[in-house]
Amino acid sequence: MIRLPSRRALLTGASAAAAAAMLGGCDRLGNAEWFQRTLKTGEDANMFVQRLLLTDRTLAPEYAEADISPWFKPNGTEDPPDRDYKALARAKFAKYHLEVGGLVEAPFRLSLAELRKLPARTQITRHDCVEGWSAIGKWTGVPLADLLSRAKLKPQARYVVFHCADTMDQGSPLEGGGDGEETDEAPAGNANPSMTKQSGGDESRKDSGGQQASEDSAASGGAPVRYYESIDLVDAFHPQTILAYDMNGQALPVSNGAPLRLRVERNLGYKQAKYVMRIEVVESFAHLGEGKGGYWEDQGYAWYAGI
Amino acid sequence: MFRHPLVIRVTHWVNAVCLLVLLMSGLQIFNAHPALYWGKVSTFDAPLMAMSSTEDDPPKGMTTVFGHGFDTTGWLGSSVGSDGEAADRGFPAWATLPSDQDLTGGRSWHFFFAWAFVLNGFAYLLYGLGSGQLRFRVIPSRDQIRHFGASVWEHLTLRFPQGDEAKCYNVIQKLTYLVVLFVLLPVQVLAGLAMSPAMDAAFPFLLTLFDGRQSARTVHFVVAALLVLFVVVHVALVLLSDFWNNMRGMLTGWFVIERKVEPAPVTGETRA
Repeated sequence: MIRLPSRRALLTGASAAAAAAMLGGCDRLGNAEWFQRTLKTGEDANMFVQRLLLTDRTLAPEYAEADISPWFKPNGTEDPPDRDYKALARAKFAKYHLEVGGLVEAPFRLSLAELRKLPARTQITRHDCVEGWSAIGKWTGVPLADLLSRAKLKPQARYVVFHCADTMDQGSPLEGGGDGEETDEAPAGNANPSMTKQSGGDESRKDSGGQQASEDSAASGGAPVRYYESIDLVDAFHPQTILAYDMNGQALPVSNGAPLRLRVERNLGYKQAKYVMRIEVVESFAHLGEGKGGYWEDQGYAWYAGI
Repeated sequence: MFRHPLVIRVTHWVNAVCLLVLLMSGLQIFNAHPALYWGKVSTFDAPLMAMSSTEDDPPKGMTTVFGHGFDTTGWLGSSVGSDGEAADRGFPAWATLPSDQDLTGGRSWHFFFAWAFVLNGFAYLLYGLGSGQLRFRVIPSRDQIRHFGASVWEHLTLRFPQGDEAKCYNVIQKLTYLVVLFVLLPVQVLAGLAMSPAMDAAFPFLLTLFDGRQSARTVHFVVAALLVLFVVVHVALVLLSDFWNNMRGMLTGWFVIERKVEPAPVTGETRA
């Protein structure tokens, strides 16, 4: 064996240089569109396999009263800045109506009182944020399947879209208002990293919402971007998919999505749209927002949120 | 001697790339909520471990483990990013993939390479079982078990086996590979799956196995750390026990066995 005296130094130097080059290279690779598409096949495979493993009626685990989290961490928008919403909230949502329309035979509107009179389902389930944390809450609400059956879907219906009251940004590039439903993570890497609210597993960022930045956004011109989400009919007709008006036995607080939020168990938090105002049945969500099927999806998150 | 068949060599290097990407993208995902808990849910005011930054200027990085706080400025909690600015982040930019804060990017990398890792692992297992390589490599012989103590001593004093003894893995290597292959890696995959709400619906036993989703997340983190430890020791031994011969073995399959010489030099020509 040839033994160079500086072998160790050479190796150390070479590996440090290689590591630095690799890190830079990976970041550049990760920004290339073809590579992003390739990486996303992993998430496509997640959906394909999980849909094979789950029947349409496989239930998410349900928990006991004793398991309910003493504090159900609100995330994303905690107090929608929109004037229309604030007016509804001041009147305790007495004038609120849920609209159900789109590709249905019989569109309708229901007040909160009317919704509360419909048959309800109560479930104690775990909420998993895409960031990694979990909380358990008790939800009572109307099964979405009942509302969709009442509206009678047209044959071409494929997705159910939830339009929400909370404005996320004003249509201009995000500025400090990157908080979103169920994740206050900054959107994908192209966003300004300094808006990432990031300091740890405590409550420090509970109040650090950027929602004030978009105060009165609707009045300031530009097309305001409101939160929205979409699910397919498999999740829409799942028995645990409900529009919840109660949390832990009491009216849903504003911070958790009053007056009505989606619970689509077996999915991560960003699917659990809060402040739901209108349900639209569509054949495709390509015409909505950036066309990816939801506010966070438009920022790069996977449409399928089962993992 | 011809030591490593093609399938073993290819799966070894694919595995190395997968583990590195999984580690770094995993740290990126962890950074989205740099705290660990035990049980079903997050007990936000009592984490097992948490990283955060202080309000000071410049901010300090703090890491709390079982209630004990440590100043980890520059490493954990607060560190300088690629733009040269101190940022609030769990693990530093050089350890995460992508290096900037980017949860969705980290998830894309992680899931793609998780699939690659699992498929590669199955290829290795099928080949290893079919060819008898796995048994030859990782099941200790009766004789080896009898000399366990002597083997440990040789290892600790960095005296590496030569001659016939160098033709197969020694008892410590075999036991380590056994634990990594059949305990750590499967547990890591299962703990990862247990974090998926859809997998928990399909296989509720995952939650029973790990005592809840947040425990599974903690186990996933700890096992990742153990795998890092394994790789560090593995690479250190490769370097200490004739790096070039080892590399030739894992790249071309051919490995030089020197005749046994007495007394054994500390840097004998053998293997890892």
